[in-house]
Amino acid sequence: MTDHELIWRIAGGSGDGIASTSQNFAKALMRAGLHVFTHRHYPSRIRGGHTYTEVRVSADPVKSRGDGYNFLLALGDSFARNPSEGAYYGNEEIKPLSENLDELNEGGVIVYDSGLLDASEIEDFDERVEENDWHVYDIDLRTIAREHGREVMRNTAGVAVTCAIADIEPDVIKSLMSDAMPDKILEPNLTVFDDAYEMVQEEYDVEAPDVSAPTGEHDEEQVLLSGSDAIAYGAIDEGCRFIAGYPMTPWTEVFTIMTQNLPELGGISEQVEDEIAAAALAIGASHAGVKAMSGSSGGGFSLMSEPLGLAEITETPLVLVEAMRAGPSTGMPTKPEQSDLEHVLYTSQGDSHRIVFAPGNAAEAYYQTRKAFQIAYEYQIPSIVLYDQKLGGELTNVPASVFDEEPNADLGSVLTEAELEDAPHDDSGKYQRFQHDTENGVSPRSLPGQKGGRYLATGNEHMPAGHISESPENRVAQMNRRMQKVDNIRAELDADGEFNTVHGDEDADLGLITFGSQQGTVEEAADVLNEKGHSVKVLGVSEMMPFPKQQVADFLDSVDEALVVEMTASAQFRGLISKELGGYGDQMSSLLKYNGNPFEPADIVEGFETALLEGEELPDNRTKFVPKVGE
Amino acid sequence: MSAFSAIGEETEQDQNEFTPGLEPQPTWCPGCGDFGVLKALKGAAAELGLSPDEMMVTTGIGCSGKLNSYFNSYGFHTIHGRSLPIARAAKLANPGLTVVAAGGDGDGYGIGGNHFMHTARENHDITYIVFNNEIFGLTKGQTSPTSPMGHKSKTQPHGSAKTPLRPLSMSLNAGASYVARTAAVNPNQAKDIIVEAIQHDGFSHVDFLTQCPTWNKDARQYVPYIDINDSDDYEFDNTDRSEASEMMFETENALHEGTVLTGRYYVDEDRPSYQQEKQRIGEMPEEPLAERYFDDSYEWERTFDNFLDKHK
Ligand SMILES: Cc1ncc(C[n+]2csc(CCOP(=O)(O)OP(=O)(O)O)c2C)c(N)n1
Ligand code: SF4
Ligand SMILES: [Mg+2]
Repeated sequence: MTDHELIWRIAGGSGDGIASTSQNFAKALMRAGLHVFTHRHYPSRIRGGHTYTEVRVSADPVKSRGDGYNFLLALGDSFARNPSEGAYYGNEEIKPLSENLDELNEGGVIVYDSGLLDASEIEDFDERVEENDWHVYDIDLRTIAREHGREVMRNTAGVAVTCAIADIEPDVIKSLMSDAMPDKILEPNLTVFDDAYEMVQEEYDVEAPDVSAPTGEHDEEQVLLSGSDAIAYGAIDEGCRFIAGYPMTPWTEVFTIMTQNLPELGGISEQVEDEIAAAALAIGASHAGVKAMSGSSGGGFSLMSEPLGLAEITETPLVLVEAMRAGPSTGMPTKPEQSDLEHVLYTSQGDSHRIVFAPGNAAEAYYQTRKAFQIAYEYQIPSIVLYDQKLGGELTNVPASVFDEEPNADLGSVLTEAELEDAPHDDSGKYQRFQHDTENGVSPRSLPGQKGGRYLATGNEHMPAGHISESPENRVAQMNRRMQKVDNIRAELDADGEFNTVHGDEDADLGLITFGSQQGTVEEAADVLNEKGHSVKVLGVSEMMPFPKQQVADFLDSVDEALVVEMTASAQFRGLISKELGGYGDQMSSLLKYNGNPFEPADIVEGFETALLEGEELPDNRTKFVPKVGE
Repeated sequence: MSAFSAIGEETEQDQNEFTPGLEPQPTWCPGCGDFGVLKALKGAAAELGLSPDEMMVTTGIGCSGKLNSYFNSYGFHTIHGRSLPIARAAKLANPGLTVVAAGGDGDGYGIGGNHFMHTARENHDITYIVFNNEIFGLTKGQTSPTSPMGHKSKTQPHGSAKTPLRPLSMSLNAGASYVARTAAVNPNQAKDIIVEAIQHDGFSHVDFLTQCPTWNKDARQYVPYIDINDSDDYEFDNTDRSEASEMMFETENALHEGTVLTGRYYVDEDRPSYQQEKQRIGEMPEEPLAERYFDDSYEWERTFDNFLDKHK
């Protein structure tokens, strides 16, 4: 076991196979006993454009992408359109090398494909190398790949070079290649790998590696998956067998995973004309007795606004997922942000009553998606899983045992035909599906086709059997009952006490509060701060609605002040806390990031020390500090 | 045993079965064509021997959207323009249900037009009745997509500059496999057409002319009407796409010249329904999905056994 880390960045153009190569690399190292965490950066285009994936590798569990990185494999953008300085987007060909230098840590390694890239085109390259003590390997990966296979096998050559330099056992990668690649391309890839590996061993002195991969061991079997995988699997394990959707990045991942798996489970997936239809289909299927879901990202979710309200008032169980990306409008489609928070909490007319969970990592995404279904079907209410491009796309190792859970296909509060016989009906034989007085606010439903269960579901305010009514007494009774469900759900979540996480020493003086996907990063930042002698603890909130008022108030009461960390420009989460708790504005400052990149732990350490504690300006505009009320 | 025993149950129904008890009584204006749709639907359901518990009637918003308030079956009064996607999904979830969607011309041809086009294209086995009164009724008489050119209303004080949409032609081109037009003043034909539409395996579209005496005063009461399938003046083969198309075009023009043509315009019995297509490619189970949740012997699959290997 070793305590140093490898943070490997593979950079190229969209279409260069960066995603699959990095996924295989991460999985191979996971199999070798290490903890891995990936971070994807890609533009909204199919070919070309600078893209990279980072794989952080550690002997200990990792919860974020880490700070900077220490090993660059720059493949060169083989699809670049404008290899010239004067072009609108600059010289794209060289970007995999030039654009990645700023974040490379001191002492780091640079491997670049000299078959495609010419470092002399980068201003001050040699000076920067010297200044930062970088170790540069210019290797003609393209030629190695061409000699034994095809040019696209550059990636394999690059991985082999990485292994040789960073002291990774070749078999770790080669055995995964054997599993992942079809025979036809496996052979030439293995030859390319060996050739590149041997070349480095012969031509460079790699006895004392500049940067090396750690070694480690897991105490239980691990699986490598993304937040999107975890959400889809949570849905499947809750018996969800119907999904309707319309593609939109980054929600498309969940939609695709479900769609590819549902046929073998005898389920149905529908790609429909728009997101209004998508949400409406999920409502229709659920109304008819099938556990159903839909989802989208910001723009598509806007279109779901009206159906969402329909599900609320008709008390149709519905699960939606919302994958946030930078807005407004089309914004930055492939970049994470958390700025759809208020949108998801409040969109659609009337007083919203819905459930919103924002999981903090892949395991939480699985559990919380399951809980979202349980609540939706038991309480007949829409549940939304709010996540983002970061959580959806990042791959991490999770113990396989997380998924060793029983499936649950329970439809919740639904009557059988036998039960319907004794249930109250009106004069025309309609079942009183929306009774005023029920034990926990839930009035059990019937399903179309059940004998003796007919009723009218309507988006208008309605009487017990469903008929439209504007009677004030009925209105108040129905509204109170629907709102009562939310209170009861809050009580159930309080009793469970599972979803919001507290990290750090209970007696700490200062707090960091965050929600959703930033949780792991904030926790790592707190660890760094505590090592530096500060006294900090973290509250990661997942229950966004109904809000865990007591828990958050208790947390705030227990610290002198808190820094609220979120990826929004208008401090929406801090605003939510203030609104829900009716105060604490003079105790909470904000650290915001909305430049398209998720927080790194160092951003938070800096915001905490420089801005919050020392009251000084932050050195650049990567993050923004907003002081507490009254300052 | 089915958890949905109303489905396929042998019943002898009187059409009064489909009339709710004393309340609620229809709130439509006296003389409104919507009464005609309600009556025709009740008659059709009774004639088909359907039971109220095996029918699901979804509606949009408008005067027309109240249809399922006055019809005794499972109902879903949805939101403006969205009766079709909800109907489609209910049918996919439990294909044994008899699913009828209904709404106004504004609802179905305007705000919900995209769903109309795609539901027809996909040929879902549902019946869609559009109450076409050439006006927005419930919001007090504004111009609708089918209002004739020159039609004056409060929102179009100088008369509409737009040519009206052609509902029948649009339906045919989008892919509906049964297209008919009937009128509230023609109760027997209306009932027969709805019977056929419900029986048809695939998307049946019935453009139902419903006079609105309150807001569309200058509109005809859709009399006299001519049944093109009965009249010697109109010879065409309604299983032939191009003849159907020509007849539709003529019908849509004639309406604005004062001649009300009705009947069955297009019938394609050969085209498989969406469900059949989806089952053919293996993306829809043979057994109704809704039944599975009541099947105690069903072994629900789980991630741990089915999907984790590829992540190891
Ligand atoms: C999203 C939305 N926009 C507008 C309305 C207001 N609205 C209710 S019914 C209606 C038009 C009704 O016309 P039509 O669909 O032809 O039905 P009719 O009343 O004529 O039967 C409108 C615009 C609404 N309910 N929802
Ligand atoms: S306004 Fe017109 S469409 Fe509406 S109920 Fe009255 S007559 Fe019928
Ligand atoms: Mg109308």
